[in-house]
Amino acid sequence: MTPLLELENVTRRYGEVDALRDASLTVGRGEIWGLLGPSGAGKTTLLRVAGLLETPTAGRVVFDGQPAMADRKESLALRRRMAMILQKPVVFRGSVMRNATYGLRVRGYPEHQARGLVSPILDTVGLTEMADRPAHTLSGGEVQRLAFARATVLKPELLLLDEFTANLDPANIALLEKGVRQYRDGGGTVMMVTHNLAQGKRLADRVCLLIGGKLVEAGPSHKFFEGPETTQAKEFLNGTMVW
Amino acid sequence: MPIPPDELLEITLRTLFVSGVATLLGSLIGIPLGTFLALTRFKGRRLAKTALYTFYGFPPVVAGLIIFFILSGKGPLGQLDLLFSVTAMIMAELILVIPLVAGITLSSVAEVDRSVLDTARALGASVRQVRATALREARSGVMTGVMVAFGGAVSEVGAAMLVGGNIQYQTRVLTTAIVTETRMGNFDYAGALGGILLLITFGIYYVLGYFQERGPR
Repeated sequence: MTPLLELENVTRRYGEVDALRDASLTVGRGEIWGLLGPSGAGKTTLLRVAGLLETPTAGRVVFDGQPAMADRKESLALRRRMAMILQKPVVFRGSVMRNATYGLRVRGYPEHQARGLVSPILDTVGLTEMADRPAHTLSGGEVQRLAFARATVLKPELLLLDEFTANLDPANIALLEKGVRQYRDGGGTVMMVTHNLAQGKRLADRVCLLIGGKLVEAGPSHKFFEGPETTQAKEFLNGTMVW
Repeated sequence: MPIPPDELLEITLRTLFVSGVATLLGSLIGIPLGTFLALTRFKGRRLAKTALYTFYGFPPVVAGLIIFFILSGKGPLGQLDLLFSVTAMIMAELILVIPLVAGITLSSVAEVDRSVLDTARALGASVRQVRATALREARSGVMTGVMVAFGGAVSEVGAAMLVGGNIQYQTRVLTTAIVTETRMGNFDYAGALGGILLLITFGIYYVLGYFQERGPR
């Protein structure tokens, strides 16, 4: 079966800095990938390239067998098969419901149909009571739950999560992690950036470690956490890596 | 001799029509132009932005002069016989309104947090939909641009006089009527006309301000 996503020797340069260097990764369907690494390692850049928000300086992204570039018009159709939650989720002007239906509306769903699809998901993340409230009045945790609902209602084939539970309390973390598992059990594929190693261990089937823009190790989660192959991975996991 | 009430009403309605149509057309051109300049990277963008901002201070009388030349007998549109008409006045005011709406829209849309635009793209919005989202987020600023433009149009006198000719029952508007009354020594009456102009502007701003605040938060 064709992998869902392939990154082939991807480099992303900002000015003189290589945020990502020659990274190659193959993401199979139904997998949860954890992207690990210290701050500034290139995790978010990799996620943005994968989500077709950034065009690689070199290399290419292949989604479901089709080469995809963020700046190409024809990539919109591929981007609509994905959804991404940014590191600091933002809300648009308007109500919680209007925010939650955004992705459906840009895909041409009529308002009433979009509301019908969103309602059960808002219920799952505990935002039903707040559906008509202006979204900017939500707390940080509520915004993160809204962002999760807004992305997963699209039933994307690839869900990209950037620190999706950062700053949440344990109950909310458990709620969203449950949502990710349910999404994967329904056939979805996930790539998630996390600083939380315990979360990586709990959720990810496979992980990759990025350091200084280089992908230094990738493989099954249990193997990575129990017996990392590289010295850098060992140092990263036992906290002795010096930056 | 004060202006009779029916003529005063006619002047007032013409004032609203000329400045209203100029603001509407200027917004239809200026808002997409400002949004495009705010969100699209292209060679010469900085130059285009600077040129736009330069037109903020465009002297109205020069705008009138340009339209005068275009519409005069030897001008490229001279055959249309539009000089000293309401259409000519709208054209001159359009030159003043477009940069104001476009420039303020540009600034407002450029202020929209980049993560808002990224979120829209990450949720599957097309380029056009991202622009519409940015515009919606910047709507207070954009409305301010429309209000400023209307203020500029309704209070304009130099261009209106030059290309409209201040012809009674045809092209006279409140500002040109004020000038006429002042020249005739009817200072009280000119002052009263100024009061009407202020009142109209206040009313229009009140309505526009309502829409500005009423929008989704």
